[in-house]
Amino acid sequence: MCLAVPMEVVSIEDNVAHVEVGGVKNQVRLDIVDQVPAVGDFVIVHAGFALRCIDRQEGLETLKLFQDSLGLELVK
Amino acid sequence: MNLSSEFRDPDLCRRVLEQIQHLADSPFRFMEVCGTHTVSIFQSGIKSLLPENISHLSGPGCPVCVTHDLEVNTFLALAKMDLRLATFGDLMRVPGSGGDSLKKVQAEGARVEIFYSAFDALQLAVDNPSENVVFLAVGFETTAPTVAATVKVALNQQVENFFILPMHKLVPPALLALASDPDIRVDGLLLPGHVSTITGIEPFMFLAGDYNLPAVISGFEPLDILQSIQILLRMHKEKTPAVINNYKRAVADQGNPRAREVMQEVFKPVDTAWRGLGDIPGSGLSLRKEYLGFDARRKFEPAPLQPETNTGCKCGQVLKGKILPPQCPLFSCVCTPAAPVGPCMVSTEGSCAAFFKYSL
Repeated sequence: MCLAVPMEVVSIEDNVAHVEVGGVKNQVRLDIVDQVPAVGDFVIVHAGFALRCIDRQEGLETLKLFQDSLGLELVK
Repeated sequence: MNLSSEFRDPDLCRRVLEQIQHLADSPFRFMEVCGTHTVSIFQSGIKSLLPENISHLSGPGCPVCVTHDLEVNTFLALAKMDLRLATFGDLMRVPGSGGDSLKKVQAEGARVEIFYSAFDALQLAVDNPSENVVFLAVGFETTAPTVAATVKVALNQQVENFFILPMHKLVPPALLALASDPDIRVDGLLLPGHVSTITGIEPFMFLAGDYNLPAVISGFEPLDILQSIQILLRMHKEKTPAVINNYKRAVADQGNPRAREVMQEVFKPVDTAWRGLGDIPGSGLSLRKEYLGFDARRKFEPAPLQPETNTGCKCGQVLKGKILPPQCPLFSCVCTPAAPVGPCMVSTEGSCAAFFKYSL
């Protein structure tokens, strides 16, 4: 039930962000998000609310850690 | 690049699996406490790929599965009153006493509507000022702040026909109950990713500090889960238990203080009963004094049926990891996803439903 989906912010009006992922559009409230996102940021969405602004760089760095420990080249 | 596809990369997964096989030289039991992990572990095939001496247990990680029988009977009693019930779809088929479920009473005329968000339920109340709307507030720390934020808006806008039935549960107190139960033998825990997005790492530190239990906050892609298992195994083998955040792209170590603030403003922790686990101190949430006007129990005083005690359902032991779903005498004969007896078979994230769907 705690499923949460990362979605890209396409526009913001007051306390509501219009978000999109893979062609699916939605509106999410920003009442509890850790930091207010900007257009182009990704947010983790759960039950109509943004929970967190995702750090895309952090995701890339996780993959870099994998490739370092496994000796692969995933991230340029 | 598409991040999620990288986290499913078969070659990478295979290499982490090799490391796991290398580390797994003695029996190791790990438990996850998140329904999304349960489904992902079955769906991705991880369960069948793990070495035989690694056992996977699904703990109390599905809010539907741990909703107590008395709470189920309470919302079924509410459904029969003159009001509109708004719920997440997850609760529709949960059976209460007397064979009722929301789906059944809806077919008999009760006004039960499915919503994706508590805020949409508030909107229903605003759009229909002459009717009372009750939202069934289930969920862990991930969901509770969304309900709290909605109740705050309802207070600010002075909406007088919107109510909630608080049934939220908190994960760390349940893990404390499990960790301190001498009958439960678990060597490591996968911690729920999106609960941790809100709570952060601190509320879980006692697992390693007080109980020597390694624990890893994990994401939900196959690579996330495999790597988290590998970290658990390594800590177990080296006898260096710690609590590690392995889902940093979604979980800040400090969690989301803003969401916690909203949750704490509206709710206060109370003792509550979990299905299968019994009463756990400080593991539930009730509305604070200023928000009591939104409490559906106070407003409508529903009279729930007393729960049946002898259904033969072993969900409680499944949730504690004491038995696996096929060891329940009802599993797959009396109790199936089409005709569930217990909540672990109802919820798609329940371990019985996952076993039924992916293991037969």
